[in-house]
Amino acid sequence: MNSDPIIQVKNLHKWYSGVHALKDVTLDFRRNETVGLVGDNGAGKSTLINLLSGMQSPTEGEIFFEGNKVSFKGPADAMEAGIETIYQYNSMVPTMSIARNMFIGREPMKYSIGGIGILDTKKMAVESVQAIADVDLHLRSPDALVGELSGGQRQGVAIARAMHFKSKVMILDEPTNHLAVKETQKVLGFIKSLKTIGIPGIFISHNIHHVFECCDRMVAMARGEVVLNKRVEDTNMTEILEVL
Amino acid sequence: MRRPSNVPSNDTISMKRFFKIYLEKPELAGLVFLAILTIVFQARSGGVFLNGVNLQGILGLLPEVALVAMGVTLLMICGEFDLSVGSVFALTPMSMAVLLEAGWPFLPAISVGLFVAMAVGFVNGVLTVKFAIPSFITTLGMLFVARSLTVVISGGFPPLLPLNVIPKWLFVTYVGPGDMFRVSFIWFVVIAVGMTLLLSRTNFGNWVRATGGFLPAAKSMGIPTKRVKIACFMICSLLAGFAGTLQVMRLGAPLPSIGEGLELQAVAAAVIGGTALTGGIGTILGGIIGATLIRVIDNGLVLSQVDANWFKMALGALTVFAVILNAWLRKKAKSIKVETGK
Repeated sequence: MNSDPIIQVKNLHKWYSGVHALKDVTLDFRRNETVGLVGDNGAGKSTLINLLSGMQSPTEGEIFFEGNKVSFKGPADAMEAGIETIYQYNSMVPTMSIARNMFIGREPMKYSIGGIGILDTKKMAVESVQAIADVDLHLRSPDALVGELSGGQRQGVAIARAMHFKSKVMILDEPTNHLAVKETQKVLGFIKSLKTIGIPGIFISHNIHHVFECCDRMVAMARGEVVLNKRVEDTNMTEILEVL
Repeated sequence: MRRPSNVPSNDTISMKRFFKIYLEKPELAGLVFLAILTIVFQARSGGVFLNGVNLQGILGLLPEVALVAMGVTLLMICGEFDLSVGSVFALTPMSMAVLLEAGWPFLPAISVGLFVAMAVGFVNGVLTVKFAIPSFITTLGMLFVARSLTVVISGGFPPLLPLNVIPKWLFVTYVGPGDMFRVSFIWFVVIAVGMTLLLSRTNFGNWVRATGGFLPAAKSMGIPTKRVKIACFMICSLLAGFAGTLQVMRLGAPLPSIGEGLELQAVAAAVIGGTALTGGIGTILGGIIGATLIRVIDNGLVLSQVDANWFKMALGALTVFAVILNAWLRKKAKSIKVETGK
Protein backbone atom coordinates (compact mmCIF):
# COMPACT_ATOMS: atom_id res chain seq x y z
CA MET A 1 0.00 0.00 0.00
CA ASN A 2 1.31 3.46 -0.78
CA SER A 3 2.45 5.70 1.96
CA ASP A 4 1.81 9.14 0.50
CA PRO A 5 -0.03 11.50 2.84
CA ILE A 6 -3.82 11.54 2.74
CA ILE A 7 -4.04 14.59 5.00
CA GLN A 8 -1.33 17.21 5.33
CA VAL A 9 -1.56 20.20 7.59
CA LYS A 10 0.91 23.05 7.19
CA ASN A 11 1.67 25.80 9.71
CA LEU A 12 -1.75 25.57 11.30
CA HIS A 13 -2.65 28.19 13.91
CA LYS A 14 -5.85 28.59 15.88
CA TRP A 15 -6.73 31.41 18.25
CA TYR A 16 -9.74 31.31 20.55
CA SER A 17 -10.50 34.83 21.74
CA GLY A 18 -7.01 35.54 23.00
CA VAL A 19 -5.86 31.97 23.58
CA HIS A 20 -3.32 30.52 21.17
CA ALA A 21 -4.65 26.96 21.12
CA LEU A 22 -2.71 25.65 18.15
CA LYS A 23 0.80 26.90 17.38
CA ASP A 24 2.30 26.30 13.97
CA VAL A 25 1.37 22.64 13.59
CA THR A 26 2.70 20.80 10.56
CA LEU A 27 1.85 17.12 10.20
CA ASP A 28 1.36 14.39 7.61
CA PHE A 29 -1.18 11.59 8.01
CA ARG A 30 -0.25 8.71 5.69
CA ARG A 31 -2.55 6.28 3.96
CA ASN A 32 -1.12 3.16 5.54
CA GLU A 33 -0.92 4.37 9.11
CA THR A 34 -3.13 4.62 12.14
CA VAL A 35 -1.90 7.63 14.06
CA GLY A 36 -2.24 7.95 17.82
CA LEU A 37 -2.68 11.50 19.02
CA VAL A 38 -1.90 11.94 22.71
CA GLY A 39 -1.61 14.87 25.02
CA ASP A 40 -2.92 16.37 28.21
CA ASN A 41 -6.13 18.37 28.49
CA GLY A 42 -5.75 21.65 26.63
CA ALA A 43 -2.78 20.41 24.60
CA GLY A 44 -4.55 21.22 21.33
CA LYS A 45 -5.67 17.73 20.27
CA SER A 46 -9.34 18.59 20.10
CA THR A 47 -8.62 21.87 18.37
CA LEU A 48 -6.67 20.05 15.66
CA ILE A 49 -9.49 17.52 15.26
CA ASN A 50 -12.12 20.26 15.07
CA LEU A 51 -10.19 21.82 12.18
CA LEU A 52 -9.86 18.50 10.34
CA SER A 53 -13.53 17.57 10.82
CA GLY A 54 -14.77 20.95 9.61
CA MET A 55 -16.29 22.00 12.94
CA GLN A 56 -14.02 25.07 12.96
CA SER A 57 -11.74 26.94 10.55
CA PRO A 58 -8.05 27.60 11.17
CA THR A 59 -6.96 31.14 11.97
CA GLU A 60 -3.91 30.62 9.79
CA GLY A 61 -2.33 27.78 7.81
CA GLU A 62 -3.42 25.22 5.24
CA ILE A 63 -5.01 21.76 5.13
CA PHE A 64 -4.47 19.44 2.16
CA PHE A 65 -6.63 16.41 1.55
CA GLU A 66 -5.38 13.88 -1.02
CA GLY A 67 -3.00 16.55 -2.25
CA ASN A 68 -5.60 19.26 -2.76
CA LYS A 69 -5.95 22.32 -0.59
CA VAL A 70 -9.29 22.24 1.24
CA SER A 71 -11.22 24.67 3.41
CA PHE A 72 -14.20 22.97 5.00
CA LYS A 73 -17.18 25.21 5.73
CA GLY A 74 -18.77 22.67 8.06
CA PRO A 75 -18.81 19.03 9.12
CA ALA A 76 -20.91 18.16 6.04
CA ASP A 77 -18.03 19.29 3.76
CA ALA A 78 -15.49 17.16 5.57
CA MET A 79 -17.80 14.13 5.53
CA GLU A 80 -18.47 14.69 1.84
CA ALA A 81 -14.71 14.63 1.22
CA GLY A 82 -14.40 11.41 3.23
CA ILE A 83 -13.29 12.43 6.71
CA GLU A 84 -15.55 10.86 9.32
CA THR A 85 -15.25 11.81 12.98
CA ILE A 86 -16.44 9.71 15.90
CA TYR A 87 -16.77 11.59 19.16
CA GLN A 88 -16.81 10.12 22.63
CA TYR A 89 -20.58 10.53 22.99
CA ASN A 90 -21.45 13.19 20.51
CA SER A 91 -22.35 11.40 17.37
CA MET A 92 -25.64 9.59 18.15
CA VAL A 93 -29.10 10.87 19.08
CA PRO A 94 -30.34 8.60 21.92
CA THR A 95 -34.04 9.24 21.25
CA MET A 96 -33.79 8.03 17.65
CA SER A 97 -33.60 4.54 16.19
CA ILE A 98 -30.41 2.91 14.98
CA ALA A 99 -31.54 3.07 11.36
CA ARG A 100 -32.29 6.77 11.63
CA ASN A 101 -29.03 7.51 13.39
CA MET A 102 -27.10 5.70 10.67
CA PHE A 103 -28.34 8.13 8.06
CA ILE A 104 -28.62 11.47 9.91
CA GLY A 105 -27.82 14.20 7.42
CA ARG A 106 -27.31 11.67 4.60
CA GLU A 107 -30.76 10.13 4.32
CA PRO A 108 -31.54 8.06 1.23
CA MET A 109 -34.68 9.40 -0.40
CA LYS A 110 -37.28 8.08 -2.80
CA TYR A 111 -37.69 11.52 -4.29
CA SER A 112 -36.86 15.02 -3.24
CA ILE A 113 -37.31 18.66 -4.17
CA GLY A 114 -34.63 21.15 -3.20
CA GLY A 115 -32.93 18.74 -0.83
CA ILE A 116 -36.08 17.89 1.17
CA GLY A 117 -37.83 14.63 0.35
CA ILE A 118 -39.44 11.35 1.34
CA LEU A 119 -37.19 8.91 3.20
CA ASP A 120 -36.48 5.50 1.76
CA THR A 121 -37.09 3.77 5.10
CA LYS A 122 -36.81 0.29 3.62
CA LYS A 123 -33.36 1.01 2.27
CA MET A 124 -32.39 2.57 5.61
CA ALA A 125 -33.45 -0.56 7.51
CA VAL A 126 -31.77 -3.02 5.14
CA GLU A 127 -28.52 -1.10 4.83
CA SER A 128 -28.18 -0.39 8.52
CA VAL A 129 -28.61 -4.07 9.37
CA GLN A 130 -25.93 -4.89 6.79
CA ALA A 131 -23.57 -2.14 7.95
CA ILE A 132 -23.84 -3.24 11.57
CA ALA A 133 -23.24 -6.88 10.65
CA ASP A 134 -20.17 -5.78 8.64
CA VAL A 135 -18.44 -4.53 11.78
CA ASP A 136 -19.31 -7.80 13.51
CA LEU A 137 -21.84 -6.19 15.81
CA HIS A 138 -25.07 -8.10 16.29
CA LEU A 139 -28.17 -6.09 17.07
CA ARG A 140 -31.64 -7.49 16.93
CA SER A 141 -33.49 -4.66 15.28
CA PRO A 142 -32.57 -1.45 13.43
CA ASP A 143 -35.66 0.09 15.06
CA ALA A 144 -34.25 -0.12 18.58
CA LEU A 145 -33.49 3.28 20.09
CA VAL A 146 -29.82 4.15 20.37
CA GLY A 147 -30.53 5.19 23.97
CA GLU A 148 -31.09 1.51 24.80
CA LEU A 149 -27.63 0.48 23.59
CA SER A 150 -24.54 0.26 25.73
CA GLY A 151 -21.73 2.74 25.21
CA GLY A 152 -19.65 0.21 23.29
CA GLN A 153 -22.55 -0.73 21.04
CA ARG A 154 -23.10 2.95 20.28
CA GLN A 155 -19.50 3.39 19.23
CA GLY A 156 -19.89 0.25 17.15
CA VAL A 157 -22.86 1.77 15.35
CA ALA A 158 -20.91 5.00 14.83
CA ILE A 159 -18.04 3.05 13.33
CA ALA A 160 -20.45 1.03 11.18
CA ARG A 161 -21.86 4.31 9.94
CA ALA A 162 -18.43 5.61 9.00
CA MET A 163 -17.63 2.37 7.16
CA HIS A 164 -20.94 2.38 5.37
CA PHE A 165 -20.28 5.81 3.92
CA LYS A 166 -16.89 4.68 2.64
CA SER A 167 -14.97 7.23 4.60
CA LYS A 168 -11.34 7.62 3.57
CA VAL A 169 -10.05 8.69 6.97
CA MET A 170 -11.57 7.99 10.35
CA ILE A 171 -10.96 10.29 13.29
CA LEU A 172 -11.77 8.74 16.66
CA ASP A 173 -11.92 11.37 19.40
CA GLU A 174 -11.63 9.60 22.76
CA PRO A 175 -13.95 6.77 21.66
CA THR A 176 -13.19 4.65 24.72
CA ASN A 177 -14.06 7.23 27.38
CA HIS A 178 -16.79 6.14 29.78
CA LEU A 179 -16.69 2.56 28.51
CA ALA A 180 -16.46 -0.64 30.52
CA VAL A 181 -13.28 -2.69 30.18
CA LYS A 182 -14.82 -5.30 27.93
CA GLU A 183 -16.40 -2.72 25.70
CA THR A 184 -13.15 -0.79 25.49
CA GLN A 185 -11.47 -3.92 24.14
CA LYS A 186 -14.17 -4.20 21.52
CA VAL A 187 -13.70 -0.62 20.36
CA LEU A 188 -9.92 -1.09 20.27
CA GLY A 189 -10.61 -4.14 18.13
CA PHE A 190 -12.56 -1.95 15.71
CA ILE A 191 -9.67 0.46 15.52
CA LYS A 192 -7.18 -2.31 14.79
CA SER A 193 -9.47 -3.67 12.08
CA LEU A 194 -9.37 -0.31 10.29
CA LYS A 195 -5.85 -1.06 9.15
CA THR A 196 -6.79 -4.44 7.71
CA ILE A 197 -9.43 -2.85 5.53
CA GLY A 198 -7.08 -0.06 4.51
CA ILE A 199 -8.67 2.95 6.20
CA PRO A 200 -6.18 5.27 7.88
CA GLY A 201 -7.25 6.37 11.33
CA ILE A 202 -6.47 9.12 13.79
CA PHE A 203 -7.01 7.92 17.33
CA ILE A 204 -7.13 10.46 20.15
CA SER A 205 -6.88 9.18 23.68
CA HIS A 206 -5.78 9.99 27.20
CA ASN A 207 -4.77 6.40 27.62
CA ILE A 208 -1.31 5.89 26.15
CA HIS A 209 -1.56 2.10 26.59
CA HIS A 210 -4.55 2.00 24.26
CA VAL A 211 -2.76 4.09 21.68
CA PHE A 212 0.35 1.91 21.77
CA GLU A 213 -1.88 -1.12 21.35
CA CYS A 214 -3.42 -0.15 18.04
CA CYS A 215 -1.43 2.61 16.33
CA ASP A 216 1.55 2.76 13.98
CA ARG A 217 2.68 6.29 14.70
CA MET A 218 2.62 8.39 17.84
CA VAL A 219 2.05 12.12 17.78
CA ALA A 220 2.25 13.88 21.11
CA MET A 221 1.04 17.41 21.68
CA ALA A 222 1.65 19.84 24.51
CA ARG A 223 0.73 23.52 24.87
CA GLY A 224 -0.62 23.66 21.32
CA GLU A 225 2.51 22.27 19.68
CA VAL A 226 3.60 18.90 18.33
CA VAL A 227 6.35 17.74 20.67
CA LEU A 228 6.92 14.22 19.35
CA ASN A 229 6.21 12.44 16.08
CA LYS A 230 7.66 8.92 15.77
CA ARG A 231 6.78 5.40 14.64
CA VAL A 232 5.72 3.31 17.66
CA GLU A 233 8.71 1.03 17.28
CA ASP A 234 11.05 4.04 17.58
CA THR A 235 9.65 5.32 20.86
CA ASN A 236 8.37 4.11 24.20
CA MET A 237 6.02 5.03 27.01
CA THR A 238 8.66 6.76 29.12
CA GLU A 239 9.77 9.04 26.33
CA ILE A 240 6.20 10.10 25.63
CA LEU A 241 5.37 10.73 29.26
CA GLU A 242 8.47 12.90 29.49
CA VAL A 243 7.56 15.20 26.62
CA LEU A 244 3.93 15.69 27.65
CA MET B 1 -29.52 -15.17 14.58
CA ARG B 2 -28.22 -17.82 16.98
CA ARG B 3 -29.93 -18.17 20.32
CA PRO B 4 -29.39 -20.66 23.12
CA SER B 5 -32.22 -23.15 23.64
CA ASN B 6 -33.22 -21.99 27.14
CA VAL B 7 -34.41 -18.60 25.89
CA PRO B 8 -38.20 -17.99 25.73
CA SER B 9 -39.90 -18.84 22.47
CA ASN B 10 -40.22 -16.40 19.62
CA ASP B 11 -43.86 -15.78 20.43
CA THR B 12 -43.21 -14.60 23.97
CA ILE B 13 -40.47 -12.34 22.73
CA SER B 14 -42.58 -10.75 20.04
CA MET B 15 -45.45 -10.27 22.51
CA LYS B 16 -43.06 -8.59 24.89
CA ARG B 17 -41.66 -6.40 22.17
CA PHE B 18 -45.19 -5.49 21.09
CA PHE B 19 -46.01 -4.32 24.64
CA LYS B 20 -42.74 -2.51 24.94
CA ILE B 21 -43.26 -0.61 21.71
CA TYR B 22 -46.78 0.45 22.69
CA LEU B 23 -45.91 1.41 26.25
CA GLU B 24 -43.16 3.60 24.84
CA LYS B 25 -45.52 5.51 22.54
CA PRO B 26 -45.45 9.04 23.96
CA GLU B 27 -49.09 9.71 23.08
CA LEU B 28 -50.39 6.67 24.99
CA ALA B 29 -51.14 8.45 28.28
CA GLY B 30 -53.17 11.10 26.47
CA LEU B 31 -55.13 8.46 24.62
CA VAL B 32 -55.92 6.65 27.87
CA PHE B 33 -57.21 9.88 29.46
CA LEU B 34 -59.25 10.64 26.35
CA ALA B 35 -60.96 7.25 26.50
CA ILE B 36 -61.67 7.53 30.23
CA LEU B 37 -63.02 11.07 30.02
CA THR B 38 -65.22 10.21 27.04
CA ILE B 39 -66.81 7.39 29.03
CA VAL B 40 -67.21 9.54 32.16
CA PHE B 41 -68.74 12.48 30.30
CA GLN B 42 -71.01 10.22 28.28
CA ALA B 43 -72.36 8.72 31.50
CA ARG B 44 -72.57 12.00 33.44
CA SER B 45 -74.37 13.81 30.64
CA GLY B 46 -76.94 11.09 30.14
CA GLY B 47 -75.72 10.26 26.65
CA VAL B 48 -75.67 13.81 25.33
CA PHE B 49 -71.88 14.00 25.07
CA LEU B 50 -71.52 11.73 22.07
CA ASN B 51 -74.68 12.75 20.22
CA GLY B 52 -74.51 14.44 16.83
CA VAL B 53 -75.17 18.01 17.87
CA ASN B 54 -72.60 17.98 20.63
CA LEU B 55 -69.94 16.31 18.50
CA GLN B 56 -70.63 18.97 15.91
CA GLY B 57 -69.81 21.55 18.53
CA ILE B 58 -66.58 19.85 19.58
CA LEU B 59 -65.36 19.15 16.06
CA GLY B 60 -66.27 22.62 14.86
CA LEU B 61 -63.92 24.27 17.36
CA LEU B 62 -61.23 21.59 17.49
CA PRO B 63 -59.22 22.66 14.40
CA GLU B 64 -58.46 26.07 15.87
CA VAL B 65 -56.76 24.74 19.01
CA ALA B 66 -55.34 21.66 17.33
CA LEU B 67 -53.56 23.57 14.54
CA VAL B 68 -51.81 25.73 17.13
CA ALA B 69 -50.95 22.64 19.22
CA MET B 70 -49.46 20.86 16.19
CA GLY B 71 -47.11 23.74 15.44
CA VAL B 72 -46.06 24.06 19.06
CA THR B 73 -45.51 20.29 19.20
CA LEU B 74 -43.24 20.35 16.15
CA LEU B 75 -41.25 23.23 17.60
CA MET B 76 -40.92 21.53 21.00
CA ILE B 77 -39.66 18.34 19.35
CA CYS B 78 -37.05 20.57 17.71
CA GLY B 79 -36.07 21.73 21.21
CA GLU B 80 -37.58 25.22 21.20
CA PHE B 81 -40.59 27.04 22.64
CA ASP B 82 -43.09 29.51 21.23
CA LEU B 83 -45.07 31.65 23.65
CA SER B 84 -46.13 34.09 20.93
CA VAL B 85 -48.62 31.81 19.15
CA GLY B 86 -51.59 33.33 21.00
CA SER B 87 -50.65 36.79 19.80
CA VAL B 88 -49.96 35.61 16.23
CA PHE B 89 -53.40 33.96 16.42
CA ALA B 90 -54.83 37.49 16.75
CA LEU B 91 -52.34 39.48 14.64
CA THR B 92 -52.74 37.41 11.47
CA PRO B 93 -56.52 37.76 11.04
CA MET B 94 -56.34 41.39 12.18
CA SER B 95 -53.86 42.14 9.38
CA MET B 96 -56.20 40.44 6.95
CA ALA B 97 -59.26 42.26 8.27
CA VAL B 98 -57.65 45.68 8.08
CA LEU B 99 -56.69 45.06 4.46
CA LEU B 100 -60.16 43.73 3.61
CA GLU B 101 -61.72 46.84 5.12
CA ALA B 102 -59.40 48.94 2.99
CA GLY B 103 -60.91 47.26 -0.05
CA TRP B 104 -58.34 44.54 -0.80
CA PRO B 105 -59.66 41.33 -2.37
CA PHE B 106 -59.69 38.23 -0.16
CA LEU B 107 -56.74 36.28 -1.56
CA PRO B 108 -54.09 39.01 -1.29
CA ALA B 109 -55.40 39.99 2.14
CA ILE B 110 -55.18 36.50 3.64
CA SER B 111 -51.79 35.99 1.97
CA VAL B 112 -50.41 39.11 3.62
CA GLY B 113 -51.88 37.92 6.94
CA LEU B 114 -50.17 34.54 6.68
CA PHE B 115 -46.97 36.22 5.51
CA VAL B 116 -47.03 38.36 8.66
CA ALA B 117 -47.35 35.15 10.70
CA MET B 118 -44.34 33.57 8.98
CA ALA B 119 -42.35 36.78 9.39
CA VAL B 120 -43.02 36.70 13.14
CA GLY B 121 -41.79 33.08 13.23
CA PHE B 122 -38.74 34.06 11.22
CA VAL B 123 -37.86 36.86 13.64
CA ASN B 124 -38.41 34.52 16.61
CA GLY B 125 -36.11 31.94 15.02
CA VAL B 126 -33.35 34.28 13.90
CA LEU B 127 -33.20 36.08 17.25
CA THR B 128 -33.07 32.74 19.07
CA VAL B 129 -30.34 31.05 17.02
CA LYS B 130 -28.22 34.11 16.14
CA PHE B 131 -27.94 35.40 19.67
CA ALA B 132 -28.14 31.97 21.29
CA ILE B 133 -30.79 33.09 23.77
CA PRO B 134 -33.57 30.83 25.09
CA SER B 135 -36.64 30.89 22.86
CA PHE B 136 -38.66 31.26 26.05
CA ILE B 137 -37.31 34.83 26.21
CA THR B 138 -37.52 35.76 22.52
CA THR B 139 -41.06 34.50 22.15
CA LEU B 140 -42.17 35.97 25.49
CA GLY B 141 -41.05 39.32 24.07
CA MET B 142 -42.86 38.57 20.84
CA LEU B 143 -46.02 37.72 22.78
CA PHE B 144 -46.24 41.37 23.87
CA VAL B 145 -44.95 42.86 20.62
CA ALA B 146 -47.39 40.98 18.38
CA ARG B 147 -50.35 41.61 20.71
CA SER B 148 -49.53 45.29 20.82
CA LEU B 149 -49.28 45.44 17.02
CA THR B 150 -52.67 43.78 16.76
CA VAL B 151 -54.32 46.48 18.84
CA VAL B 152 -52.39 49.26 17.09
CA ILE B 153 -53.34 48.24 13.54
CA SER B 154 -56.95 47.73 14.58
CA GLY B 155 -56.93 51.40 15.58
CA GLY B 156 -58.73 50.55 18.79
CA PHE B 157 -61.90 49.79 16.86
CA PRO B 158 -61.92 46.30 15.39
CA PRO B 159 -62.67 46.63 11.67
CA LEU B 160 -65.89 45.17 10.35
CA LEU B 161 -65.26 42.05 8.35
CA PRO B 162 -66.92 42.50 4.93
CA LEU B 163 -68.62 39.12 5.03
CA ASN B 164 -69.55 39.07 1.36
CA VAL B 165 -65.91 38.88 0.19
CA ILE B 166 -64.97 35.93 2.43
CA PRO B 167 -65.39 32.53 0.78
CA LYS B 168 -67.10 30.96 3.78
CA TRP B 169 -67.72 27.74 1.86
CA LEU B 170 -63.96 27.24 1.74
CA PHE B 171 -63.40 27.57 5.50
CA VAL B 172 -66.31 27.55 7.89
CA THR B 173 -69.48 26.16 6.27
CA TYR B 174 -70.82 22.92 7.73
CA VAL B 175 -70.30 19.85 5.56
CA GLY B 176 -70.37 16.09 5.83
CA PRO B 177 -73.08 13.65 6.88
CA GLY B 178 -75.57 15.45 9.13
CA ASP B 179 -73.42 18.60 8.83
CA MET B 180 -71.05 16.92 11.27
CA PHE B 181 -68.12 19.27 10.81
CA ARG B 182 -67.03 22.52 9.28
CA VAL B 183 -64.78 22.79 6.22
CA SER B 184 -62.07 23.94 8.62
CA PHE B 185 -62.00 20.37 9.90
CA ILE B 186 -60.95 19.14 6.45
CA TRP B 187 -58.17 21.72 6.39
CA PHE B 188 -57.12 20.49 9.80
CA VAL B 189 -57.08 16.81 8.74
CA VAL B 190 -55.09 17.55 5.57
CA ILE B 191 -52.56 19.68 7.47
CA ALA B 192 -52.33 17.08 10.26
CA VAL B 193 -51.55 14.30 7.78
CA GLY B 194 -49.04 16.54 6.03
CA MET B 195 -47.33 17.48 9.29
CA THR B 196 -47.22 13.86 10.45
CA LEU B 197 -45.60 12.78 7.19
CA LEU B 198 -43.21 15.72 7.33
CA LEU B 199 -42.01 14.67 10.78
CA SER B 200 -41.92 10.90 10.31
CA ARG B 201 -41.25 10.31 6.63
CA THR B 202 -38.95 13.07 5.40
CA ASN B 203 -35.30 13.89 5.93
CA PHE B 204 -36.40 17.25 7.34
CA GLY B 205 -38.34 15.39 10.05
CA ASN B 206 -35.23 13.39 10.83
CA TRP B 207 -33.26 16.62 11.22
CA VAL B 208 -35.93 18.15 13.48
CA ARG B 209 -35.81 15.14 15.80
CA ALA B 210 -32.01 15.03 15.79
CA THR B 211 -31.73 18.78 16.46
CA GLY B 212 -34.07 18.56 19.44
CA GLY B 213 -32.85 15.14 20.56
CA PHE B 214 -29.16 15.90 20.88
CA LEU B 215 -27.90 19.13 19.34
CA PRO B 216 -24.14 18.36 19.36
CA ALA B 217 -24.72 15.12 17.45
CA ALA B 218 -26.93 16.84 14.89
CA LYS B 219 -24.29 19.54 14.40
CA SER B 220 -21.42 17.10 14.07
CA MET B 221 -23.37 15.14 11.45
CA GLY B 222 -23.57 18.29 9.36
CA ILE B 223 -27.27 19.10 9.83
CA PRO B 224 -27.98 22.83 9.34
CA THR B 225 -29.51 23.00 12.83
CA LYS B 226 -30.01 26.76 12.81
CA ARG B 227 -31.97 26.68 9.59
CA VAL B 228 -33.99 23.69 10.82
CA LYS B 229 -34.95 25.63 13.95
CA ILE B 230 -35.87 28.77 12.03
CA ALA B 231 -38.03 26.67 9.68
CA CYS B 232 -39.84 25.11 12.68
CA PHE B 233 -40.47 28.57 14.20
CA MET B 234 -41.95 29.68 10.88
CA ILE B 235 -44.19 26.61 10.49
CA CYS B 236 -45.38 27.00 14.08
CA SER B 237 -46.25 30.66 13.58
CA LEU B 238 -47.91 30.02 10.23
CA LEU B 239 -50.18 27.37 11.74
CA ALA B 240 -51.10 29.65 14.64
CA GLY B 241 -51.90 32.46 12.22
CA PHE B 242 -54.01 30.20 10.03
CA ALA B 243 -55.88 28.89 13.09
CA GLY B 244 -56.66 32.45 14.19
CA THR B 245 -57.86 33.30 10.71
CA LEU B 246 -60.22 30.33 10.83
CA GLN B 247 -61.63 31.50 14.14
CA VAL B 248 -62.18 35.04 12.94
CA MET B 249 -63.97 33.81 9.82
CA ARG B 250 -66.15 31.59 12.01
CA LEU B 251 -67.01 34.44 14.41
CA GLY B 252 -67.28 37.00 11.64
CA ALA B 253 -65.37 39.65 13.59
CA PRO B 254 -61.68 40.16 14.37
CA LEU B 255 -61.26 40.92 18.05
CA PRO B 256 -57.79 42.02 19.15
CA SER B 257 -58.08 39.92 22.29
CA ILE B 258 -58.59 36.46 20.76
CA GLY B 259 -56.04 33.78 21.54
CA GLU B 260 -55.03 35.17 24.93
CA GLY B 261 -53.76 32.27 27.02
CA LEU B 262 -53.76 30.01 23.98
CA GLU B 263 -49.96 29.68 24.03
CA LEU B 264 -50.11 27.89 27.37
CA GLN B 265 -53.03 25.70 26.29
CA ALA B 266 -50.99 24.68 23.26
CA VAL B 267 -47.98 23.79 25.41
CA ALA B 268 -50.33 21.84 27.70
CA ALA B 269 -51.76 19.99 24.69
CA ALA B 270 -48.29 19.08 23.45
CA VAL B 271 -47.19 17.92 26.90
CA ILE B 272 -50.37 15.91 27.50
CA GLY B 273 -49.71 14.30 24.13
CA GLY B 274 -46.29 13.14 25.31
CA THR B 275 -43.97 15.81 23.92
CA ALA B 276 -40.88 16.24 26.08
CA LEU B 277 -39.93 19.75 27.19
CA THR B 278 -36.32 18.80 26.54
CA GLY B 279 -36.95 18.10 22.86
CA GLY B 280 -36.52 15.09 20.61
CA ILE B 281 -39.56 13.17 21.88
CA GLY B 282 -43.15 13.60 20.73
CA THR B 283 -45.56 13.16 17.85
CA ILE B 284 -47.96 15.35 15.93
CA LEU B 285 -50.74 12.88 16.79
CA GLY B 286 -49.90 13.40 20.46
CA GLY B 287 -50.38 17.15 20.10
CA ILE B 288 -53.74 16.56 18.41
CA ILE B 289 -54.83 14.17 21.17
CA GLY B 290 -53.82 16.77 23.74
CA ALA B 291 -55.82 19.47 21.96
CA THR B 292 -58.82 17.13 21.66
CA LEU B 293 -58.64 16.44 25.39
CA ILE B 294 -58.76 20.16 26.13
CA ARG B 295 -61.88 20.57 23.94
CA VAL B 296 -63.45 17.48 25.48
CA ILE B 297 -62.93 18.70 29.04
CA ASP B 298 -64.23 22.16 28.21
CA ASN B 299 -67.35 20.70 26.63
CA GLY B 300 -67.82 17.77 28.97
CA LEU B 301 -67.72 19.89 32.13
CA VAL B 302 -70.50 22.07 30.78
CA LEU B 303 -72.60 19.06 29.84
CA SER B 304 -72.02 17.53 33.25
CA GLN B 305 -73.36 20.79 34.73
CA VAL B 306 -70.13 21.45 36.54
CA ASP B 307 -69.29 25.09 37.23
CA ALA B 308 -67.27 26.20 34.17
CA ASN B 309 -64.66 27.75 36.42
CA TRP B 310 -63.38 24.27 37.12
CA PHE B 311 -62.08 24.07 33.52
CA LYS B 312 -58.62 25.41 34.25
CA MET B 313 -58.37 23.27 37.34
CA ALA B 314 -59.12 20.17 35.28
CA LEU B 315 -56.71 21.22 32.55
CA GLY B 316 -53.93 21.83 35.03
CA ALA B 317 -54.45 18.55 36.85
CA LEU B 318 -54.59 16.65 33.56
CA THR B 319 -51.34 18.20 32.33
CA VAL B 320 -49.46 17.13 35.42
CA PHE B 321 -51.02 13.67 35.62
CA ALA B 322 -50.46 12.97 31.93
CA VAL B 323 -46.76 13.64 32.34
CA ILE B 324 -46.60 11.48 35.45
CA LEU B 325 -48.47 8.64 33.76
CA ASN B 326 -46.21 8.94 30.72
CA ALA B 327 -43.05 8.76 32.79
CA TRP B 328 -44.45 5.75 34.63
CA LEU B 329 -45.38 3.97 31.40
CA ARG B 330 -41.95 4.59 29.95
CA LYS B 331 -40.31 3.22 33.05
CA LYS B 332 -42.52 0.13 32.81
CA ALA B 333 -41.58 -0.24 29.16
CA LYS B 334 -37.90 0.01 29.99
CA SER B 335 -38.17 -2.73 32.57
CA ILE B 336 -39.53 -5.13 29.95
CA LYS B 337 -36.32 -6.72 28.82
CA VAL B 338 -35.95 -7.22 25.12
CA GLU B 339 -32.34 -7.81 24.31
CA THR B 340 -30.81 -5.37 21.89
CA GLY B 341 -27.90 -7.59 21.03
CA LYS B 342 -25.87 -10.47 22.32
